[in-house]
Amino acid sequence: MAVDSLAGNAAVVAGGEMVTLEVFRYRPEEETEPVYQAYEVPVHKDWVVLDALNHIKDHLDGTLSFRWSCRMGVCGSCGMMVNGDATLTCATFVESLLPGPIRVGPLENFPVVRDLIIEMNDFMEKLESVKPWIIRDEEKSLEDGAYLQTPAQLADFKQFSMCINCLLCYAACPVYGLEPSFTGPAVIALAQRYNLDSRDQGAGERNAILNTDEGIWQCTLVGECSVVCPKDVDPAAAIQRYKVSSTLQWYQKLLMPWSGK
Amino acid sequence: MKTTIEPFWWSLFGAGGTLAALFIPITLIINGLAIPLGWLDAPAYENVLQLARHPLARTYLFLLISLSFYHWAHRFRFTLYDGLQLKHLNLLIAVICYGGATVGTIAAGYTLINL
Amino acid sequence: MSANPQHTPYHPRWYRASMPIFWWMRRWIHARFILRELTSIFVAGYALVYLLQLRALGLGPEAYARFLDLLRSPLSISLHGVSLVFVIYHSITWFNLAPRALALRIGDRRVPDKVIAGLNFVAWISISAALAWVTLKG
Ligand code: SF4
Ligand code: FES
Repeated sequence: MAVDSLAGNAAVVAGGEMVTLEVFRYRPEEETEPVYQAYEVPVHKDWVVLDALNHIKDHLDGTLSFRWSCRMGVCGSCGMMVNGDATLTCATFVESLLPGPIRVGPLENFPVVRDLIIEMNDFMEKLESVKPWIIRDEEKSLEDGAYLQTPAQLADFKQFSMCINCLLCYAACPVYGLEPSFTGPAVIALAQRYNLDSRDQGAGERNAILNTDEGIWQCTLVGECSVVCPKDVDPAAAIQRYKVSSTLQWYQKLLMPWSGK
Repeated sequence: MKTTIEPFWWSLFGAGGTLAALFIPITLIINGLAIPLGWLDAPAYENVLQLARHPLARTYLFLLISLSFYHWAHRFRFTLYDGLQLKHLNLLIAVICYGGATVGTIAAGYTLINL
Repeated sequence: MSANPQHTPYHPRWYRASMPIFWWMRRWIHARFILRELTSIFVAGYALVYLLQLRALGLGPEAYARFLDLLRSPLSISLHGVSLVFVIYHSITWFNLAPRALALRIGDRRVPDKVIAGLNFVAWISISAALAWVTLKG
């Protein structure tokens, strides 16, 4: 891909160090193949990659498009590939990537809408398909009070509830890249978040989607999802444990066909 | 609900992987390297035979060998599937892999019964 | 999401990169993954050699002696050397991944991953020692 250069001239710190950012550009109305465009950005001690991108947008090239919101690792919208690693750009310091150049691209394995913005509907639809909410056979009436839960029961699923839908795990998963039908790490982890919740009774319904060839059985435990996850959700563990419990159920059904479920 | 056979293959894969991880390195070191290279004396033929004939030993050997084959079958199937993107040959690959492991299992059973 | 969306001015063309056939050669972590998966060839390969050794054992002392001779050939030694590296890599990766599948709990607390993996390694060493003793004591 061609790299055309656009040197920065604004907001250069006097005598300051500069670093080159090579940023993925895709403007569907202009080009069919994306290009990497180079920008010179000043190095600040406390800048993260997102700050550098905002510097470009504010001072060098207002046409660059990317998503971000919280700047503090909770909204999950600033995930990109930085030097090939799926990462939250608001949590990756420029200093740790010196001397550069720093290559910034959109999350892998997703269609790109424009520049660093990916199309994430596939994930949203999969997420909805596993019914990520508490399912009850029969809802208690308000007078019956709240569903109680002990700290130990909370601990069973808490880790899986920390997901911020940043999709880094999908970008890091080669199985998802090869097989876009794969339900994928975060959706399975979020399904487990409800399956393992003592108040939930929907595991059977979710099982119909997850205990399939496109669900957990597509996973070959590459393990990268858990490495890149910024919230220590450990989706690989969610999937492996799901495999274990599904296998036990499979044998139970084989040996005792009369037993329920 | 659509049932899937994957849990069955996966359980063989997992059991085989665990047995292989625990037992194969030392077995390979002793039989394939240490004894042939003369670092250790080979135990006498009679003793080896007697040991291998013990019912427990036969069971252990059968499980180790057969499940190692199934471990390979499952893993290798997905390696071909993902690593070479041979998705369209999925069925053929599965038949060859699990079929091969089944042939190996029958051979192991036959050999160990006639030991 | 439909696989072939209509491209209109309001729904512009998406760019979609496809995975190259040898995607796992682009990054070391992926190459490492493929290497891990390929250990299975050496696991099954050695299981086959071991089965042949047992068959020779069943055929009688001469056949067994001939087989042991075969194992002494330089080709066999080098193949075993390479296989050893791979089967050990299999063991290490297998034990390190075990905590992904096991969520053990003592009281309210999760047993840490390191402890589970550590116990696996201890079991590995003790079993190896025990097996060596049983095989060689005769
Ligand atoms: S599981 Fe982790 S990496 Fe995946 S979307 Fe959730 S927070 Fe992001
Ligand atoms: S901007 Fe919200 S997570 Fe990075």
